[in-house]
Parts: sequence; C-alpha cells; structure tokens
Amino acid sequence: MHIDRYERWYLYGAIALLLVFMLALAVSSFAFGIRVPAPYEKVDPRTIATPPSPWGLPEEERVRELAPGRYEAYVLGQMWQFTPKLITVPKGSTVTFYITSKDIQHGFKLSGTNLNLMALPGEVSVLTATFDTPGTFNFICHEYCGTLHHTMFGQLVVEE
Amino acid sequence: MYKSENRMTAWFIGIAMVALFIGGSMGPLQKLEHVGINWYPALSRLGVGSVRISTYYQGLTAHGVLNALVWTTFFIVGFFTYAIPRSLNKPLTHRRVNQIALIMMIVGLVMAAIPILTGLASVLYTFYPPMKANVFFYLGLVLVVVGSWVAGWGFYLTYWRWRKDNPGEKTPFIALASIITMVMWQIATLGVAVEILFLIIPWVLGWTDGTDPQLARTFFWFTGHPLVYFWLLPAYVSWYGMLPKQAGGKLFSEQLARLVFWLFLVLSIPVGFHHQFVDPGVPAGWKAIHAVLTYALFLPSMLTAFTVVASLEVGGRARGGTGLLGWIPKLPWGNPSYAAQNLAMILFVFGGIGGLTNASYNLNLAVHNTAWVPGHFHLTVGSAVTLTFMGVAYWLVPAISGKQLFSRRMGLWQAWTWFVGMLLMSNGLHILGLNFGAPRRSALGAAPYVDPSWNPMQIEAAIGGIILGISGLLFFGNILATALSRKRVETPVEMPIAEPLHPEYGTPAWLDNWRPWLVTTILLILVAYGPVLVSMISNINLTSPGAVIR
Repeated sequence: MHIDRYERWYLYGAIALLLVFMLALAVSSFAFGIRVPAPYEKVDPRTIATPPSPWGLPEEERVRELAPGRYEAYVLGQMWQFTPKLITVPKGSTVTFYITSKDIQHGFKLSGTNLNLMALPGEVSVLTATFDTPGTFNFICHEYCGTLHHTMFGQLVVEE
Repeated sequence: MYKSENRMTAWFIGIAMVALFIGGSMGPLQKLEHVGINWYPALSRLGVGSVRISTYYQGLTAHGVLNALVWTTFFIVGFFTYAIPRSLNKPLTHRRVNQIALIMMIVGLVMAAIPILTGLASVLYTFYPPMKANVFFYLGLVLVVVGSWVAGWGFYLTYWRWRKDNPGEKTPFIALASIITMVMWQIATLGVAVEILFLIIPWVLGWTDGTDPQLARTFFWFTGHPLVYFWLLPAYVSWYGMLPKQAGGKLFSEQLARLVFWLFLVLSIPVGFHHQFVDPGVPAGWKAIHAVLTYALFLPSMLTAFTVVASLEVGGRARGGTGLLGWIPKLPWGNPSYAAQNLAMILFVFGGIGGLTNASYNLNLAVHNTAWVPGHFHLTVGSAVTLTFMGVAYWLVPAISGKQLFSRRMGLWQAWTWFVGMLLMSNGLHILGLNFGAPRRSALGAAPYVDPSWNPMQIEAAIGGIILGISGLLFFGNILATALSRKRVETPVEMPIAEPLHPEYGTPAWLDNWRPWLVTTILLILVAYGPVLVSMISNINLTSPGAVIR
C-alpha cells in the first residue's frame, strides 16, 4: 500500500499525540484519583423513598458524619427537586455522594468539583469529593426531565 | 437512464429540507429564550387544533428529531440513491424496493411527527426511558429506521448484480464508500431497534410494569455513536470523492480513502460507552476500553484531514497557486458548493478537537451534559455534515431539476454567514459549558441558578444563533427559488467524480474484499459490548414504571 512520505509522518505524529493523551488520562485516573462512576448496587425506584432505604430518611438525616470530616450524603432526584436541597459541611471535609432517582432519569452536577453524574432510577451513582474552599455551590439537574427541569437544583454550603 | 432514481432523490431531499426548515427554525427561539426573550407563548398561538409548539422542550424535541434524525437520514438516503447508481454506472436493479423504502420513511415520519407536534412526545430526540411518550412516536421512529434499512437493501442488490457483471473489477470509490456507510448503519441501528421493540413499546403499552433505564441507555448509545458516523461519512464521500473534482484537483490517495471507510465500518460501533462515562451501571474498566477504541476511531478522521486537504491542494496548484500557501486563495471560493464544504471542514477541526475531549474518559466529567456538548455537535453534525449537505445541494438540486441555481451570490453569503454564526454560537456554548457548568437542554431563561457571569457568552451564542437563522433563510430561499425558477441549466449538471492522483497504484484486493472487514467488525462489537450486555441483561432490572411526559 502506498502512503505518501509526508502523510506517513503526519500519521506517526497523530498516533504519538494520542498516546501522550492516553498517558495523561492514565496518570489523572490512577495518580490523581479522578474516577468515573462505577456500578454500586441496583435498587427499586418504587420503594426507594420509603424507610428503611437511606433515601427514605427525612432530609435532615440524609447527610451522615462517619468520622470527623468524613461524610456520606444520600441524594434523591425526582421531578423536579433534589432532596436534600441544602447540604452543609465544614471546610476540608470529604463527602461521598450516593445518588439515585425515584422516577425518571436526572442528572447531577456540582459546580467547582468533578462531581458529574447521572441519577437513574434503579441504579445508584457514587462519587467522592473533598471540599477545601468555603462557599456556596449549586448542584443542578442537567438531564432533561420534563416541564420544570430547569428549576431543579440544590446547594452545597462549605462552612469556614 | 436514472429517471426513477432522480424522482426518489427529489422526494428524499425535498422532505429533508422541509424538516431542516421546521426543525432549524426552533434554533433561534431556543437561543432567544436563553437570554430572556421567550417567544413560545406567541408561537403557541400559531396552530391548528392541538397541533402547535407551546413549550421550549416541545420545540427542542422537534429541533432534535427533525434536524438530527430526519434532515440527516432523508438527505443521506437521497444522496446515495443519486450517487450509487451513477458511480456503478448501473440503474437500481430493484427500484420497487427503494420506492417502498421511501414510503415507509414518509409514513414513519408522519407517525412520529404528529405526537411531537401535538405535545405528546416532548422527550427530546434521545427519548430516554422511563420518560414515556405516545406509542406512535416510537413506532414512527422504528418505521423510519427500518425504511432506511430497506433502501440499503435496494443498494446492496444493485451492487451484488454489479459484482456479478464485473468480475475482478474494483468497486468504484463513491459506491463503495456509500455502501459501507449503509452497512455500518444497518448493524448500528440494531441497538436502538432492540431498545424500542423490547424495552420501550411493551412498557408503554402496559405489557410490563416497568423498564430498565440503564439497559435502555446502553442499547441507545450502541446506535448513538455510529449514528454520528452515519451522518459524517456521506460528507466524507463528497469531500474525498467529489469535491477534489470541483476544485480542479485529484484524490491524493485513493487507497487511504478506501481504508478510512473500512476503518469506520470496524470502529464506529464498539465505542458507545463514551456517551455513558458517568452512567452508574457501566463498569469503569469497560468505559476505559471504549475510550481507547474511540481514540483509535480518531485516526481515520485525522487521515481524512491530510488526504482531503492534499487533494484540494492539487486543485489549488492546478489553478495557478504557488508557494507554501498560495494555492488556498486559488481554490474555487466563488463556487458556493465549494465554499460551503471548505468552511464546513474548517468548523469540523474545532468539532473534532472537542470530540476528542469528550472521548477522554475522566475528562468527560468536566463537560458531560453541559452546554459544551451542543457546542461540539453543532460544529460536527451542524456544520461538517449540514453545511456540506447544503454545499452538495447547490449542485445536486440543479442536477436533478435541470434548473440553474437561483443565485450564486446568495449561496456564498449563506455559506459565510453559517460559518460566522456557528463560530460565535459554538464558542459561546463551549465556554458556558466548560467554564460555567451551564447545563444543556435547559430553558435557561427561566432557571433560578443562572449567574450574571454567564451573560456575555449567552449573548454571544444568541447572536450566533440568529445569524445562523438568517443563513438558513438564505439557503431555503435560494433552493426554493431554484425549484420554482424557469431558467434551465445550459448543460446538464453531472455528478462530480474525483479521479485518483495515482491511478497507477491501483487498489489492493484487501481494500475491496468485504468478508475480513465484516468479520472484524462483528468480532470487535462482540468483544466490546458482549460481556457488559450479557451481564446487564441477566441482571435486568425492570422496576422503573417511569412517568408520562407532556
């Protein structure tokens, strides 16, 4: 097969570039721990919001402190709100979010973090983030979910 | 000789343009809504009975379905109906098959359009269950897809006859590339067909209580990624196989051009998880494998960049260009068909870079479901594909109708306004998504979390969208005037066919032999999707009853 000399070098360059990018991704994933969501457990959306399900607890009890600075948050999406809508944690805490939906597909994106998830009925999305900067951060639904999709958001407050 | 083919092509392309007109008209409304100018209440007063567009999301559904599914599929099938017989120098052998395909696609379109236009299917073009729409929306889409399969079968029958009549001859490039595209589409659409037939329709009709949204997404994106190559490859057919001729050049490397299309057959499908990087139910290791395969899929497009530009350079130099870059201004920029397609290529460079970002595994966390994504795909399907198809229309409509293009100048204005409008709009959208985390598919004009810092980019994107709307009007006006004009072309317009720069290199047999490529395609799909699908299906979770969405 004939490949023009310049095209051959161009192709080598393209392959090298892609290999460099893949290396960068491997480093960011393993060395920096920037992970994508992985399967956790399957759930039943018809009973997800009733106790003893952790998403069935009252809003005030959805954020648990496991150890000083280490939290879990059970967030439930539904048309058109997240519960809890307001999450407050002290600066420096690490929070693991467990997110699902009780009706249709929703999304979850927490500004200022790498937390970008789908909230699917029947599945649990899990990601962890550490909050070193005080402030108020929005988490919004970014998967169309009907008439008032654009009003679906909550806030995370990181206290000094 | 091609009377029947021409008539079918005219129908396909005509319907495609009407779809783009209606779907496209929603675009400026969306951009205006984002900056606080809401015309949907006014629009909802223009209707007949329950047929009216009343909400942002209903309009967005029409925008996605009519632009991304109807404009594309109908134009592509029409383009191939025109090009394949001419490339093979052989009329369609089973015309009835292709006519049936046209009818199926029209019936399917109407069947899906009615629920959309009456507000019973505002589920966007991805229709993710368990959002529930009217059953005819889904049935209509199935009919359009199956109709496109039938068109493919008509092409394959003709090709099979051609091979029997021409033993030992290499398949002409345009025909080969087009048929590879249809075969890839045939395999790819099995995913969405399974999703609709098994996970959606039984649930919508109440035969099962619930559906499995994660499995449904997986079947959808099995089709969803190769869908974009179904859109892109016909543009590549023009760029490789026709445009060099229009530029006075030759196809720089026909061997590589053929290889590129075979690589797309093999690599377009086993990559769908890159649309599911943040899905909870897909294992992280398999997401990484699809990311690597998607990187491999980038290579045929990189090859295309070199070969196509080199082919055009041959033309620029043949037209008197000298020096390192002097061939560029010598290209036929005064020909709207050329200008549109070359501008489409430039926009595609940005779209491709953004696509690589999206495919980059964990980097996707920065952009998933943000405005970056429509920024990306308006550069790809909205420019590389759509602006190229517009460029093709500037010679194809005169070719089929025998009428002269109404205005060359209008065509040039159209191509350049699309270019400028798209740069502005997609730049705004990319920054809104990446820097500000603005979501896609959202009526931001009414969203409580929008920040004033978003305003400059919102305004830039809105201005871009309005310029695109003007460009659209220039396109439709020109085409309509051409169709209604009485001025006939002086000499009949022929399909441009690029000749190879090095015909002496020939075509090795392995670049014209279907079996090894098809086997590799199927094996790679089984490897990339088999284990995850088997696992998801054996643990199927049909517990989501979902909700009806109006």
